[in-house]
Amino acid sequence: MLRYTARQLAYMALTLIGVSFAVFVLNEYAPGDVARKLLGAYATQEQVEHLTRELGLDRPVLVRYLEYAGRLLSGDLGQSLTFKVPVAEILWDRLSNTFLLAAVAFAVIVPVAILFGVLAGVREGSLGDHLILIGANFISSLPEFATGVFLASIFAVWLGWLPGTSPMTTGGGWSVAAQLVLPVLVIALYDVGYLIAMVRVSMASVMRQPFVRTAVLKGMSRPKVILRHALRNALIAPFTAILLQVNYLVAGVVVVETVFAYPGFGRMMLQAAMAKDIAVVEAGTLVAVLIAMTTQLLGDLAYRLLDPRIRLGR
Amino acid sequence: MSGALLSCAGLTVDYALETAGLESMGQRAVDDLSFDIAPGEALGLVGESGCGKTTVALAIMRYLGRNGRISAGTISFEGRDLGQLAPRELRQLRGGRIAMVYQDPHSSLNPVMTIGQQLMEVPLLHRTRRRAAARELAVRALSEVELPDPEGMMARYPHQLSGGQQQRAVIAMALIAEPALLIMDEPTTGLDVTVEASVLALVDRLRRRHGTSVLFISHNLGAVGRLCDRVGVLYAGRLVELGPLSQVFANPRHPYTRGLLACVPSLADERRGRLLTPIAGTLTERARQAIGCAFADRCAHAVEGLCTSQPIALEAIEGEPEHVTRCVLAERLPAFAVEGEKGPASEARPAAEPVTEPLLAARGLGKRYALGGGRGALEALRGIDLDLERGGTLAIVGESGSGKSTFARIVIGLTEASEGELSFKGKDIAHLAIGRRRRDLRQRLQMIFQNPDSTLNPSHSVGYALERTIGRLHGIGRTQSRADARRLLQLVQLPADYAERLPEELSGGQRQRVAIARALAAAPDIVVADEPVSALDVSVHAAIANLLKELQARHALSLVFISHDIALVRYMADHVALFYRGRLVEFGPAEAVFAPPYHPYTQMLLASVPDPSTPGQRAAVREAGTAVSQEIGRGCPFAARCPWRIDRLCDRVDPPVLEPSDSHRIACHLDLIDLPRTIERTA
Ligand code: SF4
Ligand code: SF4
Repeated sequence: MLRYTARQLAYMALTLIGVSFAVFVLNEYAPGDVARKLLGAYATQEQVEHLTRELGLDRPVLVRYLEYAGRLLSGDLGQSLTFKVPVAEILWDRLSNTFLLAAVAFAVIVPVAILFGVLAGVREGSLGDHLILIGANFISSLPEFATGVFLASIFAVWLGWLPGTSPMTTGGGWSVAAQLVLPVLVIALYDVGYLIAMVRVSMASVMRQPFVRTAVLKGMSRPKVILRHALRNALIAPFTAILLQVNYLVAGVVVVETVFAYPGFGRMMLQAAMAKDIAVVEAGTLVAVLIAMTTQLLGDLAYRLLDPRIRLGR
Repeated sequence: MSGALLSCAGLTVDYALETAGLESMGQRAVDDLSFDIAPGEALGLVGESGCGKTTVALAIMRYLGRNGRISAGTISFEGRDLGQLAPRELRQLRGGRIAMVYQDPHSSLNPVMTIGQQLMEVPLLHRTRRRAAARELAVRALSEVELPDPEGMMARYPHQLSGGQQQRAVIAMALIAEPALLIMDEPTTGLDVTVEASVLALVDRLRRRHGTSVLFISHNLGAVGRLCDRVGVLYAGRLVELGPLSQVFANPRHPYTRGLLACVPSLADERRGRLLTPIAGTLTERARQAIGCAFADRCAHAVEGLCTSQPIALEAIEGEPEHVTRCVLAERLPAFAVEGEKGPASEARPAAEPVTEPLLAARGLGKRYALGGGRGALEALRGIDLDLERGGTLAIVGESGSGKSTFARIVIGLTEASEGELSFKGKDIAHLAIGRRRRDLRQRLQMIFQNPDSTLNPSHSVGYALERTIGRLHGIGRTQSRADARRLLQLVQLPADYAERLPEELSGGQRQRVAIARALAAAPDIVVADEPVSALDVSVHAAIANLLKELQARHALSLVFISHDIALVRYMADHVALFYRGRLVEFGPAEAVFAPPYHPYTQMLLASVPDPSTPGQRAAVREAGTAVSQEIGRGCPFAARCPWRIDRLCDRVDPPVLEPSDSHRIACHLDLIDLPRTIERTA
């Protein structure tokens, strides 16, 4: 287990190096050079060359990459052109907003998905199962912007119970909690259907396993059989899928962030990319990759912990 | 019978079939079944798959699933009608008064809970609220089923145990609440034969010690004979014969019971050279609905009208009042004798003589698999020397992990040997994987697998599969190969028009015939059959074994027959090789291997074969101590289980090869005269 973790960590570090190099090269080299991008189309060739020298852009890629990597490691992520602040500042700011949103959404999605998935799966083919499955399929087929706009027009415009935008400042008179409700709801609606289906399939297949029959025929009551015997087995398979939702919640909720003007990571990346704000895009990409790899690793490790057959070897 | 512990009266179980539109379609799984089990008695229920025996067990446990329904009859247990129990009472009964042991212990145990956790649940549900007390009971139960290191077992997960140990743990779990009735559903199917014997012996001891009644459900008559006082035979959900074990086995009065007894090879009687008598046909849906005898369409004695027009009652046999059967001709059937018609094998081939010019010869053959991550190598096979003569049958016998399948894979080229040589017609093929074998060599060596489905594409007709094989082998046109395909089907005794059918329209036995036909298409010299019958129903075993035997005699085929079924090997083979943990422990002509002196392992194997013709025999066998590891160290591979082991010699030094007679070799440190000579007792 320790060896496995160490190997995975080393592998992660290598991947990060590779990705950072690729991102660096892609952003700084193509298309056109950095100095030209910085100075704009009307600068003279001389000015461009001067800036190129000044920024040290004429030196070999590898040298410049190493410098860049060094700066990254010392925490200096560069200066953002669009936001006019150090990248680190804007990045942490947006990331913390995103983490808040993701954490609340995660805390809503996972219990709901497990609850309904299990309810459906324990009685495969029953009426309740059909209803849950249809419902899950329905909500996950709704596009996020549609639910976003729909819910906002009901709760913000019509009823006026909740704010229509969530800038995460309390200037508008709405508490932070109130501002989170609609974005979380939209994300949860979109994401939970898929997870319900995953949990349901897994639960249903576990309920058909002979060891469930063994437990029932020990004289155990049905709820106890489900909780003690079926649930843990049923969660092994969907566990990775559940953890992978973290990636989606962090980097994939651009639409929701845009609809609610939520100052999150996804929207920051979108803005930076459109404004060719290279430093932000580079740092953001690395963070996204890091998060993705971390959840993957955590998923693997948890999988091993949950399943003694893998943990202890066959 | 008022003294009965369990009493089924007119039990009828139906399953609703989920066919769209046909809501009312149902299948009768158990039909008007009545039997009693007295306190302390062991009753066996036997029959082929689909006969309803598992349904009986689940009906008693009231666990028929959503589709199953008891549509008539009652089951009463300790005087209470199980149909009237409230859910709470039912839970107290399950696992408390009635416990169950299942087929396939591996999947019956929860993979993510330790043995201890799973065991302790039972006393916590039924006997005590205190965890410490429950733990104590669990440890005691584990030691009672003779598992080594019960304390350590508690912390283990199911996958860390061998199959036999898992089944012992399940038995411990069943017995922990001291139930009055233990239901065992095919508890030894899938276990190695020596493990099966030791598990059966254990259950027998425990039930006598605790006075537990047993309902033992099996397709294996031998196993039933080991354990039971009375036996009932089920066919198509109906009880066709029931009586004391000795009476049913010695004087079976129903043609189906006779068929079951005659279709399994037996070690005891000399039936070599005779064909086993298979039961013709298969269990059909129509049989379940028959007004008269359900067995009529497979019965050689059937009399049209008499057997089919009216319901037939269970009636006692004259002179054996406790022995009942459901056959109108029961009293008129001839006396029962297990004898088959004379087989072609006995004429075609004289008893095996010393191998003169082997077709296939292994010398020092070995195989190691490199383990990932620099953890060294796993030795699956070492130092195998054996021969196969032209037209002969070499049986390879061993438990799982013995290397018998590795040997087969090397012969066929699915894997390469890592040392030694394997010469086929004088040419070394040990290191030639199938891709590097020339086409004619590939044709000469064919394989039949345990599961025919693995080689048949479900979406192509049987004929298509055969034609393709033929076309590829001989490069001939479609019309010619179509004719050949039909000829091949006839060769394996299938109607030629089966060529049009899809594999799923055939029964398991028929699919295996197709697989055999396909192997024969190449006109091979050697056919390697890897457990060719063990995935099939008992009544089909005989038919497939006979077919192989006949084909072999007729076409001068050489057969490498891999099996764990010693009785079947005795029936099939003229040379036998016994593998144990990757090593050859005994090799020789079948007559010599099955006669004294025995290798200690051979002796144990023979002692553990349950044999219907000698009911009640008990074997003394030891089970491998720990989960089977395939590590081959120095010394005798059998040392860990051998009752004759010479300490500090057997486990350290490779045993020498003794030659009790020409071409009969036994690898053992014992002197020739000290080798075991009887199969009843171990020292
Ligand atoms: S009743 Fe007739 S068909 Fe049935 S087993 Fe007896 S003889 Fe055969
Ligand atoms: S060599 Fe020793 S351990 Fe092996 S079979 Fe012979 S007596 Fe038993």
